[in-house]
Amino acid sequence: MQYALMIYGDPSYYDSMPDAEVEATRAEFQAVAADPRCVGTMQLKPPETATCVRVAGGRTLMTDGPFADTKEVLGGVYVIEADNLDEVLELAARIPAARLGGLVEVRPVEQG
Amino acid sequence: MLASLVGFLGDFDRAEEAAQEAFAIAAERWPASGVPPNPGAWLVTTARNRAIDRIRRERTLAGKIHLLPAPEPVMDEFDDDTVIKDERLELIFTCCHPALPLDGQVALTLRALGGLETAEIARAFLVCEETMKRRLTRAKAKIKATGIPFAVPGAHLLPDRLDAVLAVIYLIFNEGYSGRIDLAAEAIRLGRVLVTLMPDEPEAHGLLALMMIPHARRRARFSGEDLVLLEDQDRSLWDHAQIAAGRAVLDRAVALGGRGAYVIQAAIASLQAAERIDWPQVAGLYRRLAELTGSLVVELNRAVAVAQAGDPAAALSAVDRLDLDGYLYFHSTRGELLRRLGRDAEARAAYRRALELAISTPERRFLARQLEEI
Repeated sequence: MQYALMIYGDPSYYDSMPDAEVEATRAEFQAVAADPRCVGTMQLKPPETATCVRVAGGRTLMTDGPFADTKEVLGGVYVIEADNLDEVLELAARIPAARLGGLVEVRPVEQG
Repeated sequence: MLASLVGFLGDFDRAEEAAQEAFAIAAERWPASGVPPNPGAWLVTTARNRAIDRIRRERTLAGKIHLLPAPEPVMDEFDDDTVIKDERLELIFTCCHPALPLDGQVALTLRALGGLETAEIARAFLVCEETMKRRLTRAKAKIKATGIPFAVPGAHLLPDRLDAVLAVIYLIFNEGYSGRIDLAAEAIRLGRVLVTLMPDEPEAHGLLALMMIPHARRRARFSGEDLVLLEDQDRSLWDHAQIAAGRAVLDRAVALGGRGAYVIQAAIASLQAAERIDWPQVAGLYRRLAELTGSLVVELNRAVAVAQAGDPAAALSAVDRLDLDGYLYFHSTRGELLRRLGRDAEARAAYRRALELAISTPERRFLARQLEEI
């Protein structure tokens, strides 16, 4: 079964972190990506780079960025191939965002 | 039987369906052919065969018959000595998986392990049968869609997941404790199953003792419609054999090194069922429990024990430090302490506030009576 692990966090966490800790945290993210069960991963650029598109009444509306009032933003996604949810939850708990005030949302991927 | 079928089929709905079919076949055949030597194994085998037949038929329809390796299930594979693999523990952990909503965990546990009918569970929780049916359907669908395993979690996950199981069973018990006794008995039965399946887990023993001892006092808790306080209870109505049995379970928990929240609460329940209650020791246990849980309600209970030990003034100052304004027992406790200290006007005000927060009729009547007596 495949699962998407969506990482939500506050990018400003890094601002107050000493460089060595930032490096260590990155290494933890990479360790999860290097797990043999990880079949895909993507890290997103910060929310300031986002453009939102909506179509209303045949017109395309564009705005910059997501809703500004949420601190937690989607920062990246891992796709994990695993036998069951418990296996994935264990992996999810190892993603640093989960303990740095953010969260990891685990959802099964629709298949077939 | 259901646990074994869910384990085999990996699907709640199929397992339930298969079990029903097997019972129907038994009802038809057994009167004529006699009950087989091992009825349990017969039912499980029959249910498994039926389920396999059904899965095959479905795959045939889908034109994918070759995808399913054809195990040849035969009746005589089970003889008299067959032991059906006990998979109830796996089932408990699946039902109480924290990925499920709590109301779903409770409903599923009662349905799958307690063997209660959906309508009975609905009645116990005061919701209509349709609502309960939806709750169960949603929980079962989530198990399937998210791949919640039918397994006992690994050692590193076990402490957290066991906590979830204990919490569900205790929640079921407390639903029963507030009046629907059948649920409390059901929770005790589940607690016994858990202790049998995990004999080395002190907190499982602790929870069982914590349910057994107060449950043994249930007939003394009410006089007609009225609540009776512990100190006024008629002890001849207590089930002393069950108290002794609960204490034996508690001893086992302590012998296993249990020092957790359930074990401490069971120890308190045990002290409170004694002929003369050792209130200073009760207060000491509440202090340990408060350190462990950080709960203000536990602090409130500690204050009550301090008052019972003879120091209502110290108890009142402890209570007044707690931020529990929306909590009924905070006000009733303050009322009682103020009354003992002779501050009647303040006591009346506290009881009135408690009365505003009370919902159940016995509680309201009790508080009204206290208020009159001041």
